Amino acid sequence: MEIESLKSLSCKLRKDIIRMIYLAGSGHPGGSLSVIDIMTVIFFGDILRYRADQPKWPQRDRFVLSKGHAAPALYAVLSEAGFFPKEDLWTLRKLGSTLHGHPFNLDTPGVEAPTGSLGQGLSIAHGMALGLKLLKQDSRVFAILGDGEIEEGNIWEAAMSAGFYKSGNLTAIIDYNHLQIDGYIHSVKSPEPIPDKFKAFLWDVIEIDGHDHSMILNTLKNASQRAIDGPPLAVIAHTVKGKGVSFMEDCVDWHGVAPNKEQYEKAMDLLNG
Amino acid sequence: MFSSPRDAYGKTLVELGKTNNKIAVLDADLSKSTKTALFAAAFPERFFDMGVAEADMVNTAAGISTCGFTVFASTFAMFLTGRAWEQIRNTVAYGNFDVKLVATHAGITVGPDGSSHQAIEDIALMSVIPNMRVVSPCDSTSTVELIKEAANSPGPFYFRLPRGKAPEIHKESENVSIGKALILREGADMTIFAHGLMVYQSLLAAEKLSLEGIEASVVDVHTIKPLDKDLIACYASKTGKVLVAEEHSINGGLGSAIALLISKDRSAYMRFVAIDNQFGMSGSEEELLSHYKLDEKTIFEKSLEFFR
Repeated sequence: MEIESLKSLSCKLRKDIIRMIYLAGSGHPGGSLSVIDIMTVIFFGDILRYRADQPKWPQRDRFVLSKGHAAPALYAVLSEAGFFPKEDLWTLRKLGSTLHGHPFNLDTPGVEAPTGSLGQGLSIAHGMALGLKLLKQDSRVFAILGDGEIEEGNIWEAAMSAGFYKSGNLTAIIDYNHLQIDGYIHSVKSPEPIPDKFKAFLWDVIEIDGHDHSMILNTLKNASQRAIDGPPLAVIAHTVKGKGVSFMEDCVDWHGVAPNKEQYEKAMDLLNG
Repeated sequence: MFSSPRDAYGKTLVELGKTNNKIAVLDADLSKSTKTALFAAAFPERFFDMGVAEADMVNTAAGISTCGFTVFASTFAMFLTGRAWEQIRNTVAYGNFDVKLVATHAGITVGPDGSSHQAIEDIALMSVIPNMRVVSPCDSTSTVELIKEAANSPGPFYFRLPRGKAPEIHKESENVSIGKALILREGADMTIFAHGLMVYQSLLAAEKLSLEGIEASVVDVHTIKPLDKDLIACYASKTGKVLVAEEHSINGGLGSAIALLISKDRSAYMRFVAIDNQFGMSGSEEELLSHYKLDEKTIFEKSLEFFR
């Protein structure tokens, strides 16, 4: 897909996210909007190898959304990719829906593991990377972590393991939007310096603009070419929480709140440009 | 004859690894103690030491299993079930991954290391999780059979093994099967249900009771979840008196599970031999079994209470 198409697709998926959360009456718009440009590129920029009609295709690459509260972003890309019908999106968080508040592998096609309890996804993703290497398969694993999430100790246990085991088939993308529930991450418990921490655990690190589609695309294309027995790659993606909906941007209050009708209509107007 | 269930576990892993190249094993820096080192030596490429990081080990095991592997993950019971409880609950069990958690040094058997290393809550912690099956073998023969069966049963398991040696109870292996309690002794006056080390103590107590004219059935309930409900309900109503003996907290173990079951029809009076709401302390395994009244003498005495 061309860069311009990726950009307009991201905009369309942003509208899906807002509509989903509005109809659900709860959910996490801020962190879903901050990662959607990255996830659009992963799923539609010819980065991730998958077959939507065969979610467990053994040769597939793996994607793990460790910051599981951005589930609306994951559901938006999965339905767009054809894993399940678009109408399912409007059942988000409702009783009996296949789309739970946080990702659940057994109910949602395309979801690889349950996530949402923060800090666990990197270990799961690294396990997948080790498993794929055992199978001598060249598949890749991409995991998206939240910046607040990396305050969890389990993330750094996994970082230590992946560096030690030289799991070069693993790429972790940190959605660096600077906000967590209690406020700016530097005022809660800053995980900085993030690049130095990953480097210390024997990872390669690159910093990008997480809303620049061509930069994301080039970075992830290069990530897919890396030696699978070399250092894993951490991509620090600088993003804006609530990106694309001006009144939600960089605003902690939009971490986990659904828009009311008026806010919903305003957001859709903004996204319609 | 006594032998080590841990050794049996390690050897079984090697045996499984020979015929199934989709067996992978993880440990958290205790492979010499848990005996997964035997597998590491035989199949180094399929063994991953995750270091002193139990939460990472559990979630990594889940990740590897998504690639078609049956993954065994081992460390001491305390650190596996305590430290990594949420990873076990939210990833392994919730996602229903093919991960077998095999904990050694369970209960008070880690002895002199003291309370920080003694898991007397592990069965409660694991039983409460949906999808998780909980197994506590009493000897090496049943350990081998139950581990082999678990390897061929997709989905999560928790096994608890002792540190030390255990007397051989099951001479024959063919009847040992997950979910099927085993009757070791028939007696019409009462029933003793036990698991792990307490099976042997229960058999010794039953011998003494017999000398007093009381005939006790003794049942090895190696699978605590799923419970063999039919057999347990049958023996409870048949004998009307049930004693549950376990080297675990009185809260949330086999005793709780059986009480929940037979409370439905109030078919039997119950007594419990277990650790009553206290932390462990240092001492040899034998000293501790006696200190916490987890021995044949206590089972014998508590059984007599039924007949006073």
